[in-house]
Amino acid sequence: MKTKNQYINNNYLNYVKSVAPKTNEVRSLLRAFWVGGFICCLGQFFRIIIENNFELPPDMTAGYVSMIMIFLGSFLTGLGVYDRIGKYAGGGSIVPITGFANSVVSPAIEFKTEGYIYGVASKMFTIAGPIIVYGVASSVLVGLIYYIYYLVV
Amino acid sequence: MRTLFYKNKPSIIMTSTVAGPKESEGSLGKFYDVKLSDDKYGEKSFEKAESKMLYTAIDNCINKSKKDISKIDSIISGDLLDQITSSTFAVRNFNTGFLGVYNACASFCESLSIGATMIDGGYMQNVICATSSHFSSAERQYRFPLELGSTRPPLAQWTVTGAGACMLSNSKSNPKIVCSTVGKIVDFGVTDANDMGAAMAPAGAETISTHFKETGLKPNDYDLIVSGDLGTFGSRILKDLLYEKGFDIEKQHVDCGELIYNISESEYQGGSGAGCSSLVFCSYLFDKLKKKELKRILLVATGALLSSTSSMQGESIPGIAHAVSVEC
Repeated sequence: MKTKNQYINNNYLNYVKSVAPKTNEVRSLLRAFWVGGFICCLGQFFRIIIENNFELPPDMTAGYVSMIMIFLGSFLTGLGVYDRIGKYAGGGSIVPITGFANSVVSPAIEFKTEGYIYGVASKMFTIAGPIIVYGVASSVLVGLIYYIYYLVV
Repeated sequence: MRTLFYKNKPSIIMTSTVAGPKESEGSLGKFYDVKLSDDKYGEKSFEKAESKMLYTAIDNCINKSKKDISKIDSIISGDLLDQITSSTFAVRNFNTGFLGVYNACASFCESLSIGATMIDGGYMQNVICATSSHFSSAERQYRFPLELGSTRPPLAQWTVTGAGACMLSNSKSNPKIVCSTVGKIVDFGVTDANDMGAAMAPAGAETISTHFKETGLKPNDYDLIVSGDLGTFGSRILKDLLYEKGFDIEKQHVDCGELIYNISESEYQGGSGAGCSSLVFCSYLFDKLKKKELKRILLVATGALLSSTSSMQGESIPGIAHAVSVEC
């Protein structure tokens, strides 16, 4: 049996690459920049309001801001608006915490038809799962480096 | 020889279609029998809706032909979902034989050629060939959740929500199936699951050139050469590949995926899916053949034979195409 590599027809693949329509990178970057920036400004706006009106320690303030942004992301996903924003903005709406909320809520909505245990609960983290796993793993790694650095220096 | 010549020329006596909301707004909207305004078709899930669409298409086809179900020898059907459940769940309501076929988006031509062979050989009198697909159920199986805010790459296609069924019979009326060419699996090593057009076009070109070689026909002998769902980009590759092999199909070629939508930003390259070729053939093309505005067409449905697992394991995407020649 032939393996995959023996099927590769480089002439054809190069030809396909040369005629394929390209993504307009400048347009994508500009859209991601202004939408992503707007979401961050929104977060900052809530932060300033909380800081001015409630006397909370800084880490608590950060927690409340995240909660508000996660709520907004989930709410807009439920209304069916966030995927439209995502289609327009690309990375601009995926990277902020609202995008993370979207990646958890969207499979939860989608797999409700398979039941609450094997559908909603188990499929909820199909997209967010890898982010959590590698997020935790890399924070442990950075923590270790930090610890060893101060032990030595 | 991969081309089957039918001596008794099985005829296509009746067709029926069910189209989703987006398809009904498209350029062929007025040719569909049932136009849905709700893509869940009153069901709880998209899979159930797809099955109901296929059921409705087959049921309407039988009712319109005024034949009793006992006269239908078999239903040959396929779709894109795992274990072709849309077809099996739809056909369990009919008291007749069932043959399930899967060749991804080429399933419709596969079912037509099997059905025509059964009738030509005298084994069966009336056969129904049908396929369906649904944007949301396919998206659930192959890609990301619907509400996820991701962008579609420029080569992406839009899976057609629709079902088409047609009845083949030995009644010697028009239009009829003259011959069909069985496809060969062709793999040029395309791995991008969003670039189905490029993965399927070599198979399409292989089948069409084999068809011309074995029948001795030329592109000019056909009024239309209709590819299934290559999309705008895949169609261009198909024409280029065939031109290299010495067949110029520029004038005759149309693509069902290109016809089905008024191409706007979000569909990019056009429609795809098992329902794409059946929806276009059973509505628009059948209508034109019936009115004799088209004399002879070659329907070449192409399919990308991948699964969500195979593309995750880095496998390339093999393509296949079956051709069916229809005359009136």
